[in-house]
Amino acid sequence: MSQLKRRMVQLEVLRYDPEKDSEPHFQKYEVECNEEWVVLDALNAVKESMDPTLAYRWSCHMAVCGSCGMMVNGEPKLSCHAFLRDYVGMVIRVEPLANFPIERDLVTVADDFIDKLKRVKPYLIPKDKKTIAEGEYKQTPAQLMKYRQFSMCINCMLCYAACPEYALQPQFLGPAAITLAHRYNQDSRDGGRDERQEVIATNEGVWECSFVGACSEVCPKAVDPAGALQQVKVASTLDWFKEHLLPGGTP
Amino acid sequence: MTSPTPGTARPSSGSPPSGQGRGRKPFVRTVSKTGWWLKHPRYMRYMSREVTCIFIGAFALLMLCAVERLSKGQAAYESFMATLQQPLGVVGLLLVLAFALHNATSWFNVTPKALPVQIGEAFLAGKYIVGAHYAVWIVATLVVVFFAGVL
Repeated sequence: MSQLKRRMVQLEVLRYDPEKDSEPHFQKYEVECNEEWVVLDALNAVKESMDPTLAYRWSCHMAVCGSCGMMVNGEPKLSCHAFLRDYVGMVIRVEPLANFPIERDLVTVADDFIDKLKRVKPYLIPKDKKTIAEGEYKQTPAQLMKYRQFSMCINCMLCYAACPEYALQPQFLGPAAITLAHRYNQDSRDGGRDERQEVIATNEGVWECSFVGACSEVCPKAVDPAGALQQVKVASTLDWFKEHLLPGGTP
Repeated sequence: MTSPTPGTARPSSGSPPSGQGRGRKPFVRTVSKTGWWLKHPRYMRYMSREVTCIFIGAFALLMLCAVERLSKGQAAYESFMATLQQPLGVVGLLLVLAFALHNATSWFNVTPKALPVQIGEAFLAGKYIVGAHYAVWIVATLVVVFFAGVL
């Protein structure tokens, strides 16, 4: 087995201890890393060999669980997907995800996102309830493709960290929650659109979005939340026209 | 190096939402309401698109002024047009044209996000949706130019 190339990596990590600090501060670390490592590996090396008090979230190390989102040199990234080779010659500045309160060090308070996610009912509400004996809810490949892209969301919250609307208007439901609502609204098996529209076709919902597009640029799973939100705007506008202009509508 | 992050630590009291339980003191970072868009090139790109509305709005007002001058008679209208043809007027109109082009192209280029076209299991490539918008734009321009008597 060939020798792995190792080099010293400089990190600046935002630290915050709620029991001691009145505000966060940066702490520098210089840690020996393998060239193939990601930022999460460098943090693990710091925690294992230099500073066991460093707090951060992570789980799968393969861009699936969505728990290791952080700001890496000002950009929302999954730290397991931020390769050290892309930061050669740079000091790597690691901060907690922007736009969320800091619980401790790199750990943020995600309650606001979780609450918003619950509000949009991100689960299948069957159009026609069936018993098990009646069989499964069938779907054609074309019906699947209509929403498949949006089902790839891993709730990593990078889109919230990138979204200036969410930063300035914290009541905004935000990219991921609305995208997941859209994912279920687009599902041929689902009958819950009216319930979700009550939440997302509102001023705090999709109409707070001014299409900056940052959410889609930072999404690690190519979900394209900005696209989903614009599609919700188009569909909601059509709803309004149907309701107010067509005969039989209920203005 | 310790550059403090502006914001406030919120000591826990009672059981409010967003992580302020017993013994917790989440730190909330502040966001500049006026300078946030200077923090990243993507935000500046967004603002460059949004700011075009000021110039397009100004041009719409100018058109209204032209209609008002027209209602006052031929002499008033020709005097107004002569003013616009002064160097300052031409520079202003070229500026408006540049912003209008930026507005149109930046919106056309994102139309595939809002208007995806699904054909069977596949989606039509975005370049065709964008291209259709440019095609309609060119045709509309030719029609306007034709009725303006240029062609």
